[in-house]
Amino acid sequence: MGIKIERVSKRFSDYPALDGVSLEIAGGEFVALLGPSGSGKTTLLRILAGLEIPERGRVFFGDRDLTDTPASRRGIGFVFQHYALFGHMTVARNIAFGLSVMPRRQRPSASEVKRRVDHLLALVQLPGLGDRYPSQLSGGQRQRVALARALAREPEILLLDEPFGALDAKVRRELRGALRTIHEELGVTSVFVTHDQEEAFGLADRVAILNSGRIEQFASADAIRAHPASDFVRSFLE
Amino acid sequence: MRAAALKTPLGTRAVLMLIALTYVGVMLLLQLGAVLFEALHQGISLWWAAVTDPDARSAIKLTLIVAAISVPLNTVFGVAAAWAISKYNFPGKGLLVALIELPFSVSPVVSGLVFVMLFGANGWFGPWLEDHDIQIVFALPGLVLATVFVTFPYVSRQLLPLMTVQGRAEEEAALTLGASGWRTFLRVTLPNIRFGLLYGVLLCNARAMGEFGAVSVVSGHIRGETNTMPLHVEVLYNDYNFVAAFSVASLLALLALVTLALKSALEWRYRAELEARR
Repeated sequence: MGIKIERVSKRFSDYPALDGVSLEIAGGEFVALLGPSGSGKTTLLRILAGLEIPERGRVFFGDRDLTDTPASRRGIGFVFQHYALFGHMTVARNIAFGLSVMPRRQRPSASEVKRRVDHLLALVQLPGLGDRYPSQLSGGQRQRVALARALAREPEILLLDEPFGALDAKVRRELRGALRTIHEELGVTSVFVTHDQEEAFGLADRVAILNSGRIEQFASADAIRAHPASDFVRSFLE
Repeated sequence: MRAAALKTPLGTRAVLMLIALTYVGVMLLLQLGAVLFEALHQGISLWWAAVTDPDARSAIKLTLIVAAISVPLNTVFGVAAAWAISKYNFPGKGLLVALIELPFSVSPVVSGLVFVMLFGANGWFGPWLEDHDIQIVFALPGLVLATVFVTFPYVSRQLLPLMTVQGRAEEEAALTLGASGWRTFLRVTLPNIRFGLLYGVLLCNARAMGEFGAVSVVSGHIRGETNTMPLHVEVLYNDYNFVAAFSVASLLALLALVTLALKSALEWRYRAELEARR
C-alpha cells in the first residue's frame, strides 16, 4: 500500500517541526527519513502512525484519507527506538498482543495465535524464546521481539523510529540484514527514521533528507550522491 | 580512591545506627507497645468487652463504611489524576498538581470547619439543604466528605512519580497495535502501576480509618451514631475509661500492622516479577 503525504505542517510550541512537507511513497517501497536531530523526521513518522496530529495537511494510505483516524485504527506496525515492550508480559504475549485486542469475531483462535507467534519468532530468528520476559533478553533480541509484535497483525505499512539507535554496531548490522530480508519477504511498505546516512543509504530504496522541517531531497542513494539537490545535502553528505 | 574516601569509620556508623534505632524505638515502638499494654494489662476479657460494646461496634461499623466509600472514590480520582498529569500536557496542569497536595498542607480541623461553614445549619447551603431534608454535617455524608478531603492525595502522590518515569512509550505501542484507549489502560497502564496503586490504596485506607481532626469537627460526637473509631477513643478517654479507650485504640494500631504486613507480603509474593522489571 502506498503512502501520500500532502503539505503536512506541525508546530511544537514555537518552532515548526514540520513545514509543509509532501512525500509520495510507493507500495512495497523501503524508505528512510534521514536528517539531523530536530529536523522533523521522527515527527513525520509519528504523524504517519497517528501518534501526532498535524495542524495542516493530509495523510493518505492508498486512497484512504487517514489524517483523522486514531493510531489504533490505522492498521500499521510501529517499532520504537527503545523497544517499548510490555515488561509484565512474556515475549509470546507481547507478540500476541495485537491479536488479543482484536474484536472477538475477528480474533483468531488460541491455537491459531500460538501458530502465528511461533511463526513470527522464527521469522525474527528467536525460536523458542516465547516464555521469556523482555528483561531477560539482550537489546538486539528485544528489538527483534518488538519487530515481531509489530508484524503480528500483518500490517501493510511498517514504521520504525531509529530501530537500531540503542544497539551496538555488530547487533545493528545483523538486525539491518534481518529487517531487509523481512521487508522483501512480506512485501510491506516500510518507512524508517535514522540519523545515520550509511544506514539510510545501505538499506533503503529511496532516502528523504530532512532539514528544519522541510524535505531537502527525496531520491535513491545513487541519485542523491550524484546530484545533491542543495547546499545542505552536499554538506550533510560530507 | 573514591570508594576508600566514601568508607565511613566504624565508630561513626555505629553511632548513626544507634541514633536511628533509638529514634524509631522511642518514637514508634514505645507508642505501639504502650497502646497494646494498656489495652491488655487487665486481661483479655476487659479488652473484648470494650471492643464489643454497642457504641464501640457502631463506631467500628461507621469507620468501615466511611472508608469503604472514600477509599474507592480517591482511588478512582487518584488514578485518573496521575494518568492525566503524567501522560499528557494540558493548561492548568501545574495548578492541578498543587491543588492535589493542598490537603497535606491544610490542617484537617480547618477543612472540617470549611465543611461546617458550607453545609452546616447556618452555613452557605444550610437553609437549602434543610428545605430539601438533606443532612450532611453531623451525619455520614459529612464524615465521608471530610475523610475524602484529607485522604485525597495519597493514591495520586504514590502514582505520579512512578507513571512519570514510565512515560508514554508502552501506551503508544499498545495504540499502534490496535488497542483502544480503555483496553490500553486495562492491559498496559494498570498492570504497570499495580504495586504502587496497591500501596497507595493501603496508605489511603489506613489514613481514612485513622483520621481524627476533620472528622471530629463534622461528626457532632453522637455516641453510637456519628462517632468513628478515633472519636470513640477520645470519648472513652475523656470519660477516664482508659482500658476501653486503649482497647479500641489497639484495633487502630492493629490496622497499621496489618497494612505493613500486607505491603511486605505483596512485595515478597511478587518479588520475582518486581526484579524481572528492573
